[in-house]
Amino acid sequence: MNSESNTSALRLSLPVLFGYIPLGAAFGVMFSELGYHWLYATLMGVVIYAGAGQFLAVGLLANHAGLVEVFVATLLLNARHMVYGLSLLSSLKLSGSRRWYLIYALTDETYSLLTMLRTSCETLRSRLQFRIAALNHLYWVMGCTLGAWVGGQIEFSTAGIEFTLPALFLVLAIEQYRAVRRPRIFFLALVIGALALLISPDNMLMLSIALAVSLLIMAKGGVEWTRLRIF
Amino acid sequence: MDTTAYLLSVIAVAAVATFLTRALPFLLLYRWAEHPMLKHLGRYLPPVLMVLLLMYALKDALVTGTQLLPSLAALAVVTVLHLLLRNPLISILSGTGLFMFLTQTGLLG
Repeated sequence: MNSESNTSALRLSLPVLFGYIPLGAAFGVMFSELGYHWLYATLMGVVIYAGAGQFLAVGLLANHAGLVEVFVATLLLNARHMVYGLSLLSSLKLSGSRRWYLIYALTDETYSLLTMLRTSCETLRSRLQFRIAALNHLYWVMGCTLGAWVGGQIEFSTAGIEFTLPALFLVLAIEQYRAVRRPRIFFLALVIGALALLISPDNMLMLSIALAVSLLIMAKGGVEWTRLRIF
Repeated sequence: MDTTAYLLSVIAVAAVATFLTRALPFLLLYRWAEHPMLKHLGRYLPPVLMVLLLMYALKDALVTGTQLLPSLAALAVVTVLHLLLRNPLISILSGTGLFMFLTQTGLLG
């Protein structure tokens, strides 16, 4: 059973290999633009291990953002992970350090692979869960390292590579639109962002996030109140 | 703070924040998983945040107008490719490639 779970974890994770190496490498090349040693890209791949989160970190580093801003922005960007955790609560039977490692390594891609596991044998499933998480982590770290190392060597100009960041957020926004389909929400976000840019470009991110969260809470509050009145 | 210390602090903070988002449901959130406010935020915060992050990433172009045209052209390419092919890697790399080409050659300013 041991070798069986080995091969199937490898086979299941192959699509992630082809996604993580280029995406990790794109992060690495972008990170190398900042002028730090490539080993720090490896470190980020190991300890942060979040695609969009690491791209955002490069943007924040380039803007010399404050640590509070880094914390809040990363927390909110990755807030979607909470939903993954909630839906895995029942199927995660690992215990101890392996359990915590799996939680630590729960990326979008790992989550989607874990939801596809159909085996009814609990031991086998736990073993597969752990191996898939570890393999995906390895691919990501390889990609980050490769990109940062190559980025420091290559001859042609990489000026403009930082556009990967807005491109990624645009793709994620389009995906969100496919899932949510509420044009008003997107329009509201544009207005809030523009307002924050007008008030204070330096604090744009914190300001707009605070505004958006308060507005969303107030909107929900309004609905709750009307419900109370009706019933 | 020197630059290496700053980099290491940012990495540490980003790592802790990322781990928190993954660990919170397992630590305490399952009690409130069905809370309407949490569900509401979980549904609408991500789309709002993506738009805000997109604007944040384009802050300089939006505020000063530098590289605004190349940015808009590249964003258009990303949008069209992503609507057609729905392959994030192709959309991102094509848009970035176009942006690099336009800014390095000085086409569109």
